[in-house]
Amino acid sequence: MSIEVLLNEFQEVSEHPYKVLSQYKAEGKKVIGVLPYYAPEELVIAAGMVPMGIWGSNKKTISRAKEYCATFYCTIAQLALEMLLDGTLDQLDGLITPTICDTLRPMSQNFRVAMAGKLPCIFLAHPQYRRPAFGLKFCLDQYTNVKTELEKIAGAPITDEALSAAIKVMNRSRAARREFVKLAGQHPEAVSAVKRSAVLRSAYFMEKEAHTAKLEALNAELAALPASDFKGPKVVTSGIICDNPKLLKIFDDNGIAIAADDVAQESRAIRVDCAETGDPMQALCQMFADQDYDVLLFDEKSSENRRAEHVCQLVKESGASGLILFMQQFCDPEEMEYPYLKKALDAAEIPHIKLGIDQQMQDFGQASTAIQAFADVL
Amino acid sequence: MAKAVSPGVAALRKVVDDVHAKARQAKAEGKLVGWSSSKFPCELAEAFDLDVMYPENQAAGIAANRDGELMCQAAEDLGYDNDICGYARISLAYAAGKRASRKIDFETGEYVINPNSGKPLKGPDGKVIIDPETGKPKKDPKTLQPYTVLDDIYEIEALPEGREKELRKKAIKPYRQMQIPQPDFVLCCNNICNCMTKWYENIARMRNIPLIMIDIPYNNTVDVHDSNVAYVRAQFDAAIKQLEELTGKKFDEEKFNRACANANRTASAWLRVCDYLQYKPAPYSGFDLFNHMADIVTARGKVEAAEAFELLEKDLEQAVKNGTTTTPFPEKYRVMFEGIPCWPKLPNLFKPLKANGVNVTAVVYAPAFGFVYDDLDSMCRAYYKAPNSVCIEQGVDWREGICRANKVDGVLVHYNRSCKPWSGYMAEMQRRFTDDLGVPTAGFDGDQADPRNFNEAQYETRVQGLVEAMEANQAAKEAAEA
Ligand code: SF4
Ligand code: SF4
Repeated sequence: MSIEVLLNEFQEVSEHPYKVLSQYKAEGKKVIGVLPYYAPEELVIAAGMVPMGIWGSNKKTISRAKEYCATFYCTIAQLALEMLLDGTLDQLDGLITPTICDTLRPMSQNFRVAMAGKLPCIFLAHPQYRRPAFGLKFCLDQYTNVKTELEKIAGAPITDEALSAAIKVMNRSRAARREFVKLAGQHPEAVSAVKRSAVLRSAYFMEKEAHTAKLEALNAELAALPASDFKGPKVVTSGIICDNPKLLKIFDDNGIAIAADDVAQESRAIRVDCAETGDPMQALCQMFADQDYDVLLFDEKSSENRRAEHVCQLVKESGASGLILFMQQFCDPEEMEYPYLKKALDAAEIPHIKLGIDQQMQDFGQASTAIQAFADVL
Repeated sequence: MAKAVSPGVAALRKVVDDVHAKARQAKAEGKLVGWSSSKFPCELAEAFDLDVMYPENQAAGIAANRDGELMCQAAEDLGYDNDICGYARISLAYAAGKRASRKIDFETGEYVINPNSGKPLKGPDGKVIIDPETGKPKKDPKTLQPYTVLDDIYEIEALPEGREKELRKKAIKPYRQMQIPQPDFVLCCNNICNCMTKWYENIARMRNIPLIMIDIPYNNTVDVHDSNVAYVRAQFDAAIKQLEELTGKKFDEEKFNRACANANRTASAWLRVCDYLQYKPAPYSGFDLFNHMADIVTARGKVEAAEAFELLEKDLEQAVKNGTTTTPFPEKYRVMFEGIPCWPKLPNLFKPLKANGVNVTAVVYAPAFGFVYDDLDSMCRAYYKAPNSVCIEQGVDWREGICRANKVDGVLVHYNRSCKPWSGYMAEMQRRFTDDLGVPTAGFDGDQADPRNFNEAQYETRVQGLVEAMEANQAAKEAAEA
């Protein structure tokens, strides 16, 4: 299949997750909603169910969620609740609610209360001490609880064999996505910013094996392309999420390529793989322990500026000449890390801009002006 | 207006003043001074005789001294978004060396007085004296204040020795929260919020100092499971090791046990003091409890704090016997105030309550600091139950317990722009209060530290609405009884 056709298929999924969900349900599959961040999707797959990522929506407005939420919470969390309340997610069989930030902590309660008697909500609290033995143990206890709850929904136990197989499925998906990010950065003439996002976003909606198969096919096509003669500016994107096609179109309209990303919904989620040998539950915990350089995670070497330096490194290695930070409104973890990111970027002489966004934004005039002006100085 | 205070209140003030003075002294002698989050297990630091200051209290104090906006703005200028918790912003600006200072006239060396500051001058009849020239009230010269400006201790430090350096050093505002020594280490427990984690990491980075962290992941059940306890227990051990390395001392178990005994004694006395709000009319107002927050946070592990709270308890016992109260108006309605108060706007918060005879007889701080335990495991469990780390059922249960015991007629809910974890499930709580307790509730938008987020007109309207609902409730009750 041609690159164009494949990209369009990904885009179709990315634009219509509801259709995908309905189709899986029609096929008799059980589907588990997975909220950000770092929930072990492997367990859902091992239970024979489909994990479906919920990262807010670019097409909804907050209305019913107001009954639970004050205005000063990010749209990712509020729109997830909105879709639970307005029926969009009625077909789900369960929901995993991680609690790693101050918004998701109380929101886990709102989800559970609002869905009482309707949808089982599976609570997950990750430890901030990820690496010491006691952190791994706590993570294991948490994951074991998630596993037990998933087994109840699936109506069957999750075997070690099934989990090991699921780990392989996810590793392969992550590897394909990482490869795609690299190829898309090398071939902006073939993969627009809008399509790039659609490919990565659709991984949250499609069954992983199907997504990976399609993506590997795409990667093969991209790898076979002649070297790109793209001359425009290349940037690294950073932030929690930037998947609004209208916003990304500004990149395409101005000939700006995304060389790599430090985005939670994109590369931050697929940096680390899970060991395919040994006890699979332990391996899942170790995978979380191996996560690093994330605004949401505690850094035991906190007096250093490791995350920001890591981002600078990423910019340099990717061949980008600047960074665009999409700051989700009301996202305090990301906001807290901005001054030190700025410091490191400035020290490394990497130009950057910070753009405030949220998922209800419709008018990108200001963002467009800012991105254009930024591209001009690169 | 210097009010006469009871012996207990005076003793508490002294305890806190002493802790601050001792920390300043320690710093001057080159000893380590740490900063700690309010619900970090202070028993650990006490076991090492460490001097510890509390940035949350400090931020509240700075906000109450009207310098919150200046410091928040200073943090924003450093790149911290104005969306971030006001306490964190104030503290981060302070950690960066920013200070609220008094404007100096470098020629004379005097402070430049702000003619718009100060209070109106009153005549012998207690009436405000009007200036015949301007037609406006005359200012009491004794209350006039210098202009406030922002300064930076690191900038001052870099100056050559001389007059400017000396003047600028002296001009930093003298109140104790603006005079806290810079930290040599930080103690962070994120049981109240994850913002704490990032906040303290930022300080550690800024000052290049060690961070000792106790991580308390959010809990979804009323019980604290053994798994959670084991996780926290192991962290206590790790923290002790870190503190040993930091201080070069061995962990002193005897001191630790003593600190635990003190902390328990303080917490119990605190809970009993809180319980005095159950009396009708209450011998004091919940606003007084807000003021004692600094006391309980700063000195929980010290015997002096336990003794001072016990003294306060005696004062209250006497007040109840005498039928007196510190509330300066007759109590017509009793409400729970949900959340942290808007420190820079305390008088504005108080005004419509006073006007309507509404006494705050319940605040959520009672369980928030009532860490009572009898062994290490139950200590872990106690620290696991901070206001923002508990599930909604526990949160509702605490509050409804206080509301019932303290016989409230309504609930006033502060949607605190600074505190996402606290405000996050408040709407559902409000519904439950009404369903379970049959009392009306009203919410208002504010902020604990940044005055820009408080809308006085909205607040007054909401209080008015609450009063009308309480009135109607009471009338209905009376009619039913008749
Ligand atoms: S966008 Fe930020 S505040 Fe919202 S859920 Fe993600 S991390 Fe939390
Ligand atoms: S608990 Fe709330 S008010 Fe306190 S530091 Fe955390 S976010 Fe700020």
